[in-house]
This record gives sequence, structure tokens and C-alpha cells, in this order.
Amino acid sequence: MARSVKTQRKIINTAAAWGIGLLIFFPILWTILTSFKTEATAIADPPVFLAFNWTMENYTAVLERSNYAKFLWNSIIIAGGSTILGIIIAVPAAWSMAFVPSRRTKDILLWMLSTKMLPAVGVLYPIYLICIKLGILDSRIALVIILMLMNLPIIVWMLYTYFREIPGEILEAARMDGASLKEEILYVLTPMAIPGIASTLLLNFILAWNEAFWTLNLTAANAAPLTAFIASYSSPEGLFFAKLSAASTMAIAPILILGWFSQKQLVSGLTFGAVK
Amino acid sequence: MSLTKTVYAATTMALVTAGSATAENLVIATVNNGDMVRMQGYTDNFTEKTGHTVEWVTLEENVLRQRVTTDIAAKGGSFDIMTIGMYETPIWAANDWLVPLDGLSDAYDADDILPAMREGLSYDGTLYAAPFYGESSMIMYRTDLMEKAGLEMPQAPTWDFIREAAAAMTDRENDINGICLRGKAGWGEGGALITVTANSFGARWFDEDWNAQFDQPAWNEALTFFVEMMNESGPNGYATNGFNENLNLFQQGKCGMWIDATVAASFVTNPDDSTVADKVGFALAPNTGKGKNANWLWAWALAIPAGTQKEDAAKEFVEWATSKEYIELVAANEGWANVPPGARTSLYENENYKAVPFAAMTLESINVADPKNPTVDPVPYVGVQFVAIPEFAGIATEVSQEFSAVYAGQQTVEEALEKAQALTNDAMEAAGYR
Amino acid sequence: MATQHSRSAARIMMAPAVVLLLGWMLIPLIMTLIFSFKKYLPMRGGDLGWVGFENYVRFVSSSAFWPSVSATLIIVGGVLAITIVFGILLAILLNQPMWGQGVVRILVIAPFFVMPTVSALVWKNMFMDPTNGLFAHLWRFFGAEPVSWLSEASLPSIVLIVSWQWLPFATLILLTAIQSLDSEQLEAAEMDGAPPLKRFAFITLPHLSRAVTIVLLIQTIFLLAIFAEIFVTTGGAFGTRTLTYLIFQRVLESQNIGLGSAGGVYAIILANIVAIFLMRIVGKNLDA
Repeated sequence: MARSVKTQRKIINTAAAWGIGLLIFFPILWTILTSFKTEATAIADPPVFLAFNWTMENYTAVLERSNYAKFLWNSIIIAGGSTILGIIIAVPAAWSMAFVPSRRTKDILLWMLSTKMLPAVGVLYPIYLICIKLGILDSRIALVIILMLMNLPIIVWMLYTYFREIPGEILEAARMDGASLKEEILYVLTPMAIPGIASTLLLNFILAWNEAFWTLNLTAANAAPLTAFIASYSSPEGLFFAKLSAASTMAIAPILILGWFSQKQLVSGLTFGAVK
Repeated sequence: MSLTKTVYAATTMALVTAGSATAENLVIATVNNGDMVRMQGYTDNFTEKTGHTVEWVTLEENVLRQRVTTDIAAKGGSFDIMTIGMYETPIWAANDWLVPLDGLSDAYDADDILPAMREGLSYDGTLYAAPFYGESSMIMYRTDLMEKAGLEMPQAPTWDFIREAAAAMTDRENDINGICLRGKAGWGEGGALITVTANSFGARWFDEDWNAQFDQPAWNEALTFFVEMMNESGPNGYATNGFNENLNLFQQGKCGMWIDATVAASFVTNPDDSTVADKVGFALAPNTGKGKNANWLWAWALAIPAGTQKEDAAKEFVEWATSKEYIELVAANEGWANVPPGARTSLYENENYKAVPFAAMTLESINVADPKNPTVDPVPYVGVQFVAIPEFAGIATEVSQEFSAVYAGQQTVEEALEKAQALTNDAMEAAGYR
Repeated sequence: MATQHSRSAARIMMAPAVVLLLGWMLIPLIMTLIFSFKKYLPMRGGDLGWVGFENYVRFVSSSAFWPSVSATLIIVGGVLAITIVFGILLAILLNQPMWGQGVVRILVIAPFFVMPTVSALVWKNMFMDPTNGLFAHLWRFFGAEPVSWLSEASLPSIVLIVSWQWLPFATLILLTAIQSLDSEQLEAAEMDGAPPLKRFAFITLPHLSRAVTIVLLIQTIFLLAIFAEIFVTTGGAFGTRTLTYLIFQRVLESQNIGLGSAGGVYAIILANIVAIFLMRIVGKNLDA
């Protein structure tokens, strides 16, 4: 009896969860489906769900018109570069905050987060002028640096919460054994922190990948990533749902796949160590 | 960066052994409109001819404006050629931001550019941007629905006739709206249409002393008329419809009439995209008998930012893209109806093009528009559906947002005009006009 | 205990991050402050001299200012409310035993990977378009007049789009928190005959407070800056002009950098008011 109640509940839970899950996922699914339709089918009334002539013509058209590989490569370099650079700078800072906390540690952390509140558009011209002066306008290095600075507070904060979870006794023990600070970080701390670093990396890679203000406004022909690629399909003349869907799918697919494969790390990354 | 550039230049030079020794790589910013996307497909033809290579930065209109304006104002030098319009050209030229296009080759025949376009893209008598295509506004209507309504479209209809015809053609049961017009916020979208409509009602943006004129009866009359007509016969939710939304509605047979850019004619008569391709007629944009029609004037043009290192190569591209040969190239591959219209006199003298159904009305509409005398009363500004001052884009976008809120039924005509008057005067004060 | 040596080492290790962020904050901030006291019009020759507080006065006295503050607060507040409430419910549901939990979780977190521009474009065109959007088809199917979402229900539409993007984030954090809940405690309460609602209110909810705090803090930071969703959908029309968007209009559409910079200073002030308010709540929870 108790068992059948449990099964019944499980069935209801499963149905509800799948229903809601599919509902939330539906806009993405619909975009992917639409990308395989012709422009006319894409706006058909009533809409067709699966029973249409699947076509690759939108992808062919998009690939013919834009150099997708170049946009993709720029996205990878910019998102990857800014994240890695950010981690390199943030690890020592987070380490010291976690293991040698002072009265001001929390203030510094919150101050770092507050730097994210400056509206970007207000400083477009100053940043633009600085980039010109340094000769790094429309270069990937400019975006790597800017996105790194944008995400640095989040990176420091995430790493800090991870490092705090690492029991101090282990470090004490290592120190007793005569480990230097360098060895302590390299051989004791880092292996324990790798899951945390991995999820920080992932989350910030996603944030950098999706950043659309600086990546659009500071690039032209050389450094433009996928956000700029999308801007050339957003509202052209004539019917465009299918082509927009194809371009959208191409822009989100890499990150979607990456996210799905690494969702375990990401899930723990999203907890900020604050919940356990 | 200089290293990559050198390497790049070296490879391009090595690749183009047959071409001239100064083969360049040009970066061109352009809008994602059909004609420009088509041009990208013919880039190879340019490279073969000149040896120069081209990299396109294709962006949606709003993003493009934001991008090129920032770059030119900050002298960023990201682009060798920019696609800009009639609004930007004189303002940028006045700031010495553009390379004057006076030394173009004889073969290019700059005198062939339509006078209206030439004037709109010049500053102090010098051409600063070469028109890739030009447009005015006109009425596109469904001949079958007009007949069904028992009406006949005059060559130059009045707004009253249009309103009456729209009501007669409206068939809500069958999802047919008598008239589709832009209501979308944005100075280049709904703002453009309501401005030319207001012009034809005798309204103006500013009096000779740069005072906003939204408190004058003509604006109230024009806006009230527009809203009433659209409520009677317009599509549901027209407050968010821009050029493209209306184009789709018309192509799907859901509009009786559509007053919009003349370039739309080639889309609505193209049987590949349009379900009503063989049932479209054209007429001059409406008037109220005050001597002005709701005709705007616009060109998408190619300009070269001052300070580019590749001025000569850029000029070669501008010549190529806006030449007679380019038009012939497109005509040979895609038919005469698909060539970029509204830029050259010779196109309208070409027998092949005269056979295109919308050619004559396009030319007439372009010729009717007068940027120096856009409305009935004198104005201190140049421009038909815009005012060629730097502050206009910002002001008109906000004003058109107020109007769009009227279209959506969120405020009254009077409220919107009052706000428009206040915010325009305020911005003009901030800019030092008043 | 930390030694003197490790303390100075800690300071050195913190230095790069602190110095960089200080630069990243101060350079633009100082430039914004300088510009805000100037008449700076790039289309009219650039820097036209000092004007005192004129830009500040003009920015607040514009009829667009207060509506933009309220639009900002409505969007931030609306999205926070929706993502937290539905996030908790969804987290509880996902924590129940079921088949295919992993796949469901993947489906639920997917929107987080979508670029804001793309999600705004997809929602605007393929769902909310009054003619060809799926909602319009659905409405017509039930014999109703299609709604013009982005004009008639502009703020709720934008809240919906943004909530869709941020719901996965809230759900995941809350789910992890729920998973760490001591199940024995809940079972004991169940044995004692506490009804489900009571168990939720007295055990689950308090346990989630810290996770909710994190969601509040991180989301607020990102939500105050949302831009693409408005740029793509309404362009600031129909009362959706947030403070960030108003500054965008002043800087890029009106090309008035002085005025926009004054707006930027106001935005920083607003952000800090929100931040202080948040820190009051958050500060306590973060210590634990």
C-alpha cells in the first residue's frame, strides 16, 4: 500500500516536472525547429510542429553570407581568455581572503561586487577613447581585458566561497610538514580547489560568451564575436524567422552543448558555496 | 596589432600578384537590408577588378547607427567605408569627418546621380556620400481589393480619400486591414511616416526661431486623423509595426494599402515572396490639398571617413558599388526589378527599367520631395522626414515613442503633443538653439 | 593563527585584483564625473566647457526621469519576485523522487545559456509578434483577439522574458540548498503531524534564506544593467525605458555625453541605494 502511494506520487512528480521542464525549454526547441523550416513554413497559420519538410537551406544561407568560423573563434578566445585571465588574478586574492581574513575582507568583497553596478553605456566614449589611444580597438585583447574586469568580482567571490570550505587544518598540517607557501598553494590547495575553479570557469565563460554591449561596440571586422554575428540577422527586410532561428541556433549551440556536458560542475558552481 | 596588420597586408599583396601593387583590405560597415546583402555576394567582382579585398561588418540598422556614429565621433578608424543616410551625411560633412567625393572618375559619371539624391548627400555643394539606393514614400495598394470596394485610386489621392478607401477595403472577418502604416517608435520608423504625414497637413517641427511646433493645430489635426484612421482600418497592434512588419503583412495579403518606402515595391511585386505580387498598384503619397504630399526622401549611401589610410581604394569601392556597371551586373543576374533603385538618372531612362511597374512612380515620388521646403510654412532646417541637426535623432526617437503610446491607446493625442513639445524645447535648449 | 608573514603575503596576493578593480572602477568613474559637469557634444565639436550642475538638473527635470526609475524598479522587483517564488516551487518539485531527473534539470537550466539578445529576438518575433507569433496563433485558436504584447503589456512582457532567462539560475541555487536540507528533520516533523505547509514555512523556508540572499544579490547586480532585452523589443517605448536605457538614449541617440554622464552618476547612486538596502539583508546571512 505504502509502496503504491509512493509510485503514484512519483508518477505525478515526474509528469509535473517534465511538463514544466519542457515548457521552459520550449522557446529554445521552437527556435531549433524553426531553423529547419522554410521562411513560409516558419510563419504558417496554424503553426506546424514537426510535420514539415526539413531543410538545411537556412544554415547554408547563413554560412554563405557570414564567416561563422571567425565569429565562433573570436567568441571562444574572448570568453576563454577573459575567464582564464580572471582566474589567474582572482585565485591569489580569493586565497588570501579565505585563509588570512581581516576585518575588511567582507567590505572588500562587497565593494568588488558593487563595481559591477556602473552602467556600461555611460562610459562607452571614455573606454572607446582609451582603446583608440592604446591601439587596441577592434582587437580581442581589449575585450579579453574588459570582460575579465567585468567578471572579476564574481570570480573572486565564487572562489572565495569555495576556498572557505577547505578546512584550515589541512593547510596547518602541510605547513607543519615544512611546506612553503608556494608548495602549499600548488600541491595542497589547488587539487582540493579544482572542482570550485572548474565551476567558476564555466559560469564565467558563459557570462562572457553572452556579453553583448562591449563585444558589439568595441569590435568591427577583426574581433567581432557571435553577438555581432546575431546583429546582422536581427531585423532585415522580408521574412526572417527561419534564418534568424538558424543564426540563433548557431550562436547558442556551442555554449548549450558545453553547459549540458558540464552541468554537474556548473550546478555546484552556481551554489557559490553558500549553500551546502 | 601593427604586426598582424603588416602580416595581413603582406599576404594580401602576395595573393594578388596580378593586381596593382597597393592592394588593400577594406572594412565596410553596412546595414542588413536586402540590396546590401546582395552586394556582398558580388564582392568577388570588385576584387577581380581592382585587387582589393573587402571585409563586411553587416549590422541591423539601429546597431549600425550606434556603431558608426561612435566610431566617427571618437575618430576610431574602425571602418574604411560606412553606410550612412541622408540624415548623417551633411552633419558629419560639416564636422569634416568625411572625405569629399569630388575627384571621382569620368567613367563614373557623377552628374548622372539623381539631383534630389545628390543634393541630399552634399554639403556646401560638395558630394560627401554616394547613393547606393534612394527612396521616397508612395502608396502601394491592392488593385483587386480596390476594385471590390468599387473605388478607383487617383494618381494623387487626398488623405480623406485614403481614409474612406481604407474603411471600404477593411474586412476584419478575412483578416484584411484597409491600411497598414508604421507606428513603431524610432525616428527612422514611425517617426518618419508621421512627420511626412504632418508635413502634408501643413505642420512643421520647428518655426524659423527653432521653437517646437507641437502646440500648433496642424500637428493635432494630423495625429488625430492618423490615429482615427488606423483605429478604423489599421491592423491590430500597429503601434509596434515598422517597415518590415508591414512588408510581411502586405506580402501575406493582409493589407489593402500600405504607404511606405518606394524600395518596398520590388519586394511586394516579387512572386517568390509575395502572395499578392500581381495585384499591386502604385500611387503618389497622399496630400490634404495644401500643396505637399507625404513624400519623404532618403538614400543609403557610402561614405569614407576622413583619416582613413586607404582613401584611394575606398574611393574605388564606392565608385564600383554605386556605378552604372554594378546596376547592370545585378540586372544581368537577378533581373531589372531587383537593381538598387533611386540613385541614377540613367536607370530611369533605360528602356528595360521603364518596363518595371513601379519605376515611374518611384521617380515621380522622389522628384516631388523637397528637403529644403518640406512643408507648407518655411522652416529653418533641411530634411523632409528628419531635421538635419545632430540633436534630431534623439529628440525624434523620444517624440515618436510618445506617439506610439498614443497608437497603443495609452495616452491621448493632446497628452503626447504636450510632452513632445516640452521635451523638444528642452533638448533644443540644452543644445543651445533657444 | 595567521602570522605577520602570511598577512603581508596575503596583501600582496590580493593586490592585483584590488588594484585592477580599483582602476576599472575609478578611471571610468572619474571620467563620468568630469564629463557630467561639462557640455560635451561629440557632434558639435566635443568638449564645450564646464557647465556646473546644469546636466544634473536637466537630467532629473526631464519628464522621462521618474518614469525610468520606476520602470527600473518594477522590472528588477518583478523579475526577482517571479524567479524566487517559482524558483523555490520548481526546486521543491525537482527535489522529489522522479524518473529522468537529470534530463529535466538540463531542460530547466537551458535558458541560462542563451544570449540575452537572442532570447529577446526569439520572444519578440516568434512568440509575441501580434500577427505571426505563437501566442497570436494560440489566441486565435481559442477565438480571442491576439494581444499586441510589447505595446499593450510591455512591462509584464519584458519581465517575462528576463525572468525566463534568470529562472534557471535561481532554481539551481535553491535546488542545491534544498538538497542539503536535513531530511530527518522533515520526517520528524511529518511524524509529529505537521501539515506540509507548516513544514515548508518553518523548516524549508528558513533553511533557504541564505540561498535566496545569494539569488537576490547576484540577480540584482545583473538586472539593474539589463539593456539588450529592451533595446531589441521595445526600444524604450511604452514605459519600458529604464534608467540604463535612458542613459543610453542620452549618450548614443542624442549624442549628449555630459547629460548622459550626469545620468550615469544618478544610476550609480540608485545602484548604491539598492546595494545598501541589499547588504542590510545580505550582510547578516552571509556571515553565517
